[in-house]
This record gives sequence, C-alpha cells and structure tokens, in this order.
Amino acid sequence: MHSETAPLPLHAQMGLSDLEYQAIKRKLDREPTLTELGMFGVLWSEHCSYKSSRELLKHFAEYKRAAESKGLENAGVIEIGGGLGITFKVESHNHPSAVEPYQGAATGVGGIIRDILTMGARPIAILDSLRFGDIRSSSDDRRLFARVVEGIGGYGNCVGVPTIAGELKFDRLYQKNPLVNAMCIGLVEMDRIATAAAAGPGNAVLYLGSATGKDGIHGATFASDTLGEDSDSKRPNVQIGDPFAGKLLIEATLEALATGAIVAIQDMGAAGLTCSTCEMSAKGGVGMEINLDHVPLREAEMSAYEIMLSETQERMLAVTHFEREKEVIEIFHKWGLKAEVIGAVTSDGMVVIKKNGRIEASIPAKFITNECPSVDLDAAEPENVREAARFDIHELPVPKDLSQALLAIISSPNCASKRWVYEQYDYTVQTQTSLWPGDGDAAVLAPRGTQKGIAAKIDGDGRKVLADPFIGGQLALIEAARNVACTGAKPVGATDCLNFGDPNDPGVYFQFKEAVRGIADAAEKLEVPVVSGNVSFYNATEFGPVMPTPTVGVVGVLDDVRNRLGMGFPRGVGFVYMIYGRGHAPRQHGLGASEYLRTVHNMEDGAPEIPDLRIEKALIELLSQAAKDNLICCAHDISEGGFAMALAEMCIVGQAGCTALIDANEHVRRHILTPTLEGLSTGKVQLEEIPEAIFEAETGVDAWAFSSRADARLFGEMPGRVLVGISESATKQNLTDKLCLLAAELGLTAHCVGVYDYAQHSIRIVTPSAPVVDMPLESARRAYFDAIPSLMGSSAS
Amino acid sequence: MNIAVIQSPGSNCDQDALYALRNQFGADARYVWHDDSSLHGFDAVVIPGGFTYGDYLRGGAIASRAKIMSEVVRFANEGRLVLGICNGFQILTELGLLPGALIRNGGLRFVCKKVQIAAVNKTSPWTKNVDRVLTVPVAHNEGRYVADETTLEALRRQNRIAFRYCDPSGSFTPESNPNGAADSIAGVLNEQGNVLGLMPHPERAVDTLLGGEDGRLILGCLVGA
Repeated sequence: MHSETAPLPLHAQMGLSDLEYQAIKRKLDREPTLTELGMFGVLWSEHCSYKSSRELLKHFAEYKRAAESKGLENAGVIEIGGGLGITFKVESHNHPSAVEPYQGAATGVGGIIRDILTMGARPIAILDSLRFGDIRSSSDDRRLFARVVEGIGGYGNCVGVPTIAGELKFDRLYQKNPLVNAMCIGLVEMDRIATAAAAGPGNAVLYLGSATGKDGIHGATFASDTLGEDSDSKRPNVQIGDPFAGKLLIEATLEALATGAIVAIQDMGAAGLTCSTCEMSAKGGVGMEINLDHVPLREAEMSAYEIMLSETQERMLAVTHFEREKEVIEIFHKWGLKAEVIGAVTSDGMVVIKKNGRIEASIPAKFITNECPSVDLDAAEPENVREAARFDIHELPVPKDLSQALLAIISSPNCASKRWVYEQYDYTVQTQTSLWPGDGDAAVLAPRGTQKGIAAKIDGDGRKVLADPFIGGQLALIEAARNVACTGAKPVGATDCLNFGDPNDPGVYFQFKEAVRGIADAAEKLEVPVVSGNVSFYNATEFGPVMPTPTVGVVGVLDDVRNRLGMGFPRGVGFVYMIYGRGHAPRQHGLGASEYLRTVHNMEDGAPEIPDLRIEKALIELLSQAAKDNLICCAHDISEGGFAMALAEMCIVGQAGCTALIDANEHVRRHILTPTLEGLSTGKVQLEEIPEAIFEAETGVDAWAFSSRADARLFGEMPGRVLVGISESATKQNLTDKLCLLAAELGLTAHCVGVYDYAQHSIRIVTPSAPVVDMPLESARRAYFDAIPSLMGSSAS
Repeated sequence: MNIAVIQSPGSNCDQDALYALRNQFGADARYVWHDDSSLHGFDAVVIPGGFTYGDYLRGGAIASRAKIMSEVVRFANEGRLVLGICNGFQILTELGLLPGALIRNGGLRFVCKKVQIAAVNKTSPWTKNVDRVLTVPVAHNEGRYVADETTLEALRRQNRIAFRYCDPSGSFTPESNPNGAADSIAGVLNEQGNVLGLMPHPERAVDTLLGGEDGRLILGCLVGA
C-alpha cells in the first residue's frame, strides 16, 4: 500500500525514537541486537514506561513516595485491621478490545487478576468501567458492547472471581474506540504480602504457567499507538485468554506462596518475559541470567526475539529461596501447570538472555526499567473549555412535560439499569457478595473471617472532564468515594485509570494534566489516597480522540458489614431526606454537561458544577456514622439525572412509590416540609413556615432551593447531595432529629423532601400547587429495565 | 455426617460449598482431590460448581472421566447422598447417574440472578423439608435442562423432578424459567432419590447477609435435618 515510502529504520519500527535509540547505544556502547531492540521497544513504549505521564503522576502523593523510595509494586496495600489488607488496581485494555472485543476484554480481566495475585492476595472481586459509542445509532458499537461484556464474563465467571460492580456510559466520542477498564480487589494477610523485588544471587528463576506462543508479540507497542484503518491487521497482536489456566494459576500461586519458598513473583503481563525479568531485577537491585532453551514453548520454532516479546497469558515469573524451587514446582505440577527453572539471580545488575549457548541480550536492568527518557509535552487549554464555562442556561426552555423528560432520562442508556450487563457476570461466586449489583451505590463484600465489609465502586464522567478537566478529575474521585460512602463504608483508597487521546496533542495533554491534578487534589482533601493506577494514551481513531476519561475506583471499609445500606426504599413507609452543604454558588444550575441537557435538549454544552471538598468529606463522615447508628435505611447520591433520577431509582429498586416536594417560587421556599407521623400515614406532605432567620441561613445559600427553574431542581447535577430514607420505626425513635443534629455538627443540612410508601404505585414530585412529575411506578420500572435490552434486541424479564 | 467435596481443576464453588457446610452448618466436610480413588469414611458427596477443565469439549465431560468418579458412581449406587450443583449437575449427567443433558441457555447468554424454585418431589431427602417456594441464585451459561419426551415422561411418572423454576407465587411461567429448561426443570433425582442434580446454587443461599438462606432447606439433609 505504501510501496513508494522507504521502510522505517528498525528502531523506529519497534516504536523507539531516534533520541531513545541514541541513548541505548550510548549506554550499551554498541549497536543493540534485534532482541535487545525489541525489549527496549516494548519497555520504553508509553504503555510500560509512562514516559509522557511519569512527571505528572507525582501529583499523587503515594506514587511520588513509592517512586522515590522502594519502587512501585503492582498495586498498593491498605490495612483494614485483623491482620488483613486489601489491594486493588485498575487497568485498561482498550486497544485490544477495539480490535478483538471478546479476547481484549477477557485478557484485560485476566491481567489485572494476576497483578493482584502477585501481591500474595486472593482476588475477591472484579469491577469494570466501560465506554462505547452510541449504541442507539451504531450497530458496530452494539457488537463491541455485547462482545466486551461477554469477554469479561467469559473470563471472570470461569476463573471464579465475582464481578460485583462497574459503570457504563455511551457517547459517540467513543465510537470504534471503546474503553475497557478492569479493576480487581484482593484480600491479603498483612504478613504474607509478596513482592516483585528479586533477591539472592544464585536463587533460581522459575517460569510458571502456560507455555509461550507467538501471540501478543509487541502488544504493549500496539497499545501505544492510535487506532487506524489498519487496526484490523493488528488482530494477531491481541492476546488470547485461557481462564481455566488462569484459575489453576490462582490456586497454584497462592498455595506456593503459602510455603514461604518464594522470594519474589511477578505476572508476565504486557511485554511478557522482558518486563518481568527486567523489572524484578531492577526492583531488587540484582541481575538475572536466563536461558531461553528452558522456556516451555507452544511451538518449536521461536526466536529469542519472539520469546522475549510474546504476551501469552497466564504466565508468571518467580524467584525462589535457595534450593527450594522443588516445592514450588511440585505444587504447580499438581495443578497441571508448567514450572521450569529458566535461570538464576545474579549480582551484577545485568539481565542476560541466552539461547542455544549464544548471548541474545545483555542489558543493565535498572537502565531499561527506569531510564527511558521522559518526554516533555506541551499543554494548551482546548477552546471548548472556555466555551463550556460561558454556557448560559437562560436561553434553555423548560420543557412543558417534566414527567416525559424524566422518563427520557430514566430510559437513556447512560442512566438506565445495567442489569443486561451484570446478569451476564457471576457476582455471587465466592459467596461473599453482600450488596449486589444494582441494589446500592456501590457493591459490598462480606469477606470470610472478618465482621468488616468492603465496598467498592468505579466512576468517571468524560463529559464533565471534557468541559472542565480539573473539575472533571475531582468529580471522578468524589463520585466514586460518595458512592462507596452511600453504602455506609468509609472510603480508604483509590485506583485510577487515565484514558486519553494522543498526548502529543497539546489539548489532550492539557486535559490529562488537569484531570490528574483534579484527582490528586480530591484524593488528598478527602484522604482517599490513590494507591495504584494505569495510564492509557492514544485512544483516538479517524474520528478524533475519545472523551478524556479518567476512571477512578474507590474501596471502602465498613466496621460491621451488617450495617451496609442499599439505595432502594425498603418495605413500609418512611421519610426521604436530602443532605447537602452550603457550597459554591452554582455556575449553571447543575445543568452544564448534564445528562438532562444531552437527553432532553440534545445538546452537548456547559460546564460541571464546582464541588466543595469540605462538604464531600462531611457527607462521607455523615453517611458512615448514620449507617452505623442505624439512623437511615437507604442512601443514594444525586448524580447523573439529578434529584429526580436519584429519587426514581430509589423507588424502582425498592419497588416503592414516593411523594416529594420541590419549591418553585419565593413564597413556597419560605416553607419547609415538616415530617410528621400523621403525614406518613396519609402520604401527605405538610408545610410549615420557616422563621425569617432560618430562611436566610438555610435557603438563602442553598443552590438547589435557590434555582427558580423546575428543570434545574429536578435534573441539575449538583455535587455534594445525597438522598436518604428514614423508616417509620426510626422516625418513632426520633432518629430524624438525631440525623439533623449530626448533619448540623458536620456543617451540613438535612431536609425532609418527601415520603416513600410501599403501597403507593407512583412517583410524584410536586410543588404545593401542582404536581410537576406524576408517573406510574410501573412505567418508570419498565423504562429503567427495558432500555438497554431493547436496544440489544432482547426483551427484559 | 462426613461430607466429601470433590475438587477438580477448574472447580470454583468448591471453597464456597466447603465453607457453607463446615462453617455455616457445622458439618464435617473435607475436600477430595479428583485424582484420589477412595471415598472411604464419607457419608455424602458434593460435586460443586465451576468450570472444570474450562468447560472444554462440554461442561463436565472431562471431569466425569477423573479417577474419583467411578468411586462416586459406586457410592451413589449404594444409595448414599450425592449432590451435583451446577457444573456438578453436568458431571452427574455425563456420568449417567442422571438422565438428560444441560445445554447452552436459551437466551445464549450467561445468566446470574436470583430465581424461584418449587419442589415437585416431596419425599426425597433433598426435597422433604421444602415446604414453600425457595429463592436461590443461578449462575450458568449451560443450564438448560433437556431430555427426550420419553425420559421427561419417565421423570414425571417416577416423581424424579426435584425442582422447577417458578414465579414467586409458585406458577411455572415462561418468564420465570431463566434458561429455557424443558418443563422448567431446575433439578432432577435418580430413581432412588439419593442423587440430586441441581442448577441453582443452594450453597450461595445460606446466609441472609449474603442474599438469603433458602438453600438451607435443600442442604439440610447433609447435616441430618
């Protein structure tokens, strides 16, 4: 096709720049061999070296600390008490999934599971964050969506790790470039944490797991380029997963680690044997001599280059204590897996690769692992950011039929139930899943051997990052943390996956830089440290870059898992309270970059509201305290689709109706809804006049109550707001007062906004003069559950 | 009662079954490795769910050739309790201890959700305590029970249909059948009623904190209830 162009020099074909090539020659003091060039090519790819992002990632305090001291492990560990720790990490598998969605997604799950496993942890949960093009208009994207979901289930279900939570959004900017981010959580005994740092010259280096084949060669380099017309020809770059082997590897590895015979272990993920030999050596400050003649091969004729660059899945590299390799080998053989000594640890810091008695590569481990030259890139604010900030909602008409608008939002694929997806995942295997997908703002696990609960959620909203990268970054972490808190858990740590376009584009690099700053800022102020992460650049096709999409996974801990909260109203009757703080004055009444704007007005405009991290932190504290003291029976944060969508979800999930009140004019804003037991039994809401002083203090600064627009009050995406249910019995014990008091102590306000009732079959949102939303519960339920199945050509049940 | 939980490569509900029996029922349960050859000293066998051998060839096909399985057959034929759950059910049909087969779900997708089941047989050790509609989870890709009409007729006549999928009121509607199983069959018994193959997971329903405890009514016979 390009016959007239001269072929690229070899190093360039491997993805190395001239500058990098010169640095390699200088260090080696000779021309690198073909195998060495290949090894540098993959390890110095963006995917492995983080050369364009390293400097910026130092915004994350934990990253900075690790990078400057002991070095980065696959994932951080957070102690949860009782001698137990949790470790978690999210990773992207976008490029492979674009080309071969089933295997791309499956191997993404397999890879992240092994990252967690090599910490010595048992993988206890998978979460996934997915983005696709508009499935309403594009059959290609429907196919990608269906196959990615099948791939995640295909691997996770078979390997026996429950997929407990996730998130999913659609936008035309993800057309043909889906984002597939998989997160895994592991549980580890604190005194059993494994390391990847090789040590002890003379110790054996063990190859464990599946035999090496020619699949996935140069996968990491492939992941460091944009997707083009020829992407289909890269299908051989995609690895093939074998979840059965993956399952055996989990059991064999945990059994082998328990013997104490293993010094260090690492997954052979991206860049396979190259990455594991070089990184383990560099981390331990040692070298390795590897003889490729002993590497189990799937096909006979493989060159050193191919063996070193293969990304065959389900393989690990381990270093064992002197003369204890047999113990490990026996365990792997019992599980029907290969285990071979392929070399030994050396003291000179060199990774030496031999084949047929010939030295194929001899590279200083620290140089190839840590010294890929950083790339300085230009950042420039894209024009759309300023435009978004100027968006004026006053030109936007308020729809006449707000019930219809709510129904449109409920049935938009972004807001609708994701049941079609999660029912394809085994989320109950390991019998620790206590709050199931769809039932709460986050999933909750009840791990065996402890009273504690572990809550987890992953979130990110590219639309908001596109409109305001810093705020969007903050909101991604906040949203995940708030969701975790809504289950009653205290968020303890985060992991992020940063999906962006080509970093050489100054606009994209600006988005990246600002989003990182935003996430790091929120992490610091909420005291939810980012302990691991992954960067995925070059998410761009002929249609341009994807939406800048950082996804943030947050994990939280409940002291007593029995206190976990779902989002649905329980049986019976009770009050609905909104808890909020007095934050920034709203920029665009929560309508900028909102689901409402997009779904109802078919507009992509505006900027997200600025969160107040003090309020967010107070909310998190309130929720865990209120759950612990049994003040509230359910909680759900206000997010996409605003107040009305949040309320509708609480009704749909709980199968209860509700009547809520929004004030539409100055007169009514001078009243508050007074919760009384009588009101509960009649389902009527009562108003009481607010004393002047309280009115000034309360509503005068509340953005939500201040908006005169009914659409803004219903659908505005104001951060820092949570709806909670208070049951009748809690009301009788005056727990509503306790909740209000607790809120006040934390600088928050708790207001009654309505009544839920299991016997009511409608969702009503009213002003004192008229209903603005009145919808049969069944219509809402159908819209919510049928939206995605009907697009995917299968009926819901 | 001593219960053997068979552990094969790719079992992934083995630990759940052991935990449910041991820690939640107080039964004496132990793993038996697929390559062992004896069930000496055991009173009951549970073949747990999972993806033995990655479901390669057919779900349960390879695991049914393991060394321990001829012992399981002998054990079953002696009238002792054998329960195959999910992939374990597939293994029991592959062994010929139960008739019929389990094929790809009607919807062609993996399905994980809570379902309701009703006991049809009321006399076997596995069903005699089941006095109401039970809610238990399913999680399978190949759970659609099929058999030829003669076999189905025999199962009905001999009272060997243990459980059928139903709606919460106990009606056998097409919507409440998660995989398109013939006659909404969720579990079948051998002729003596000591061997049960069951697609739903009772071991995942023994704790209200984890979504319900209706599974206890089925597993009860393993602890002498």
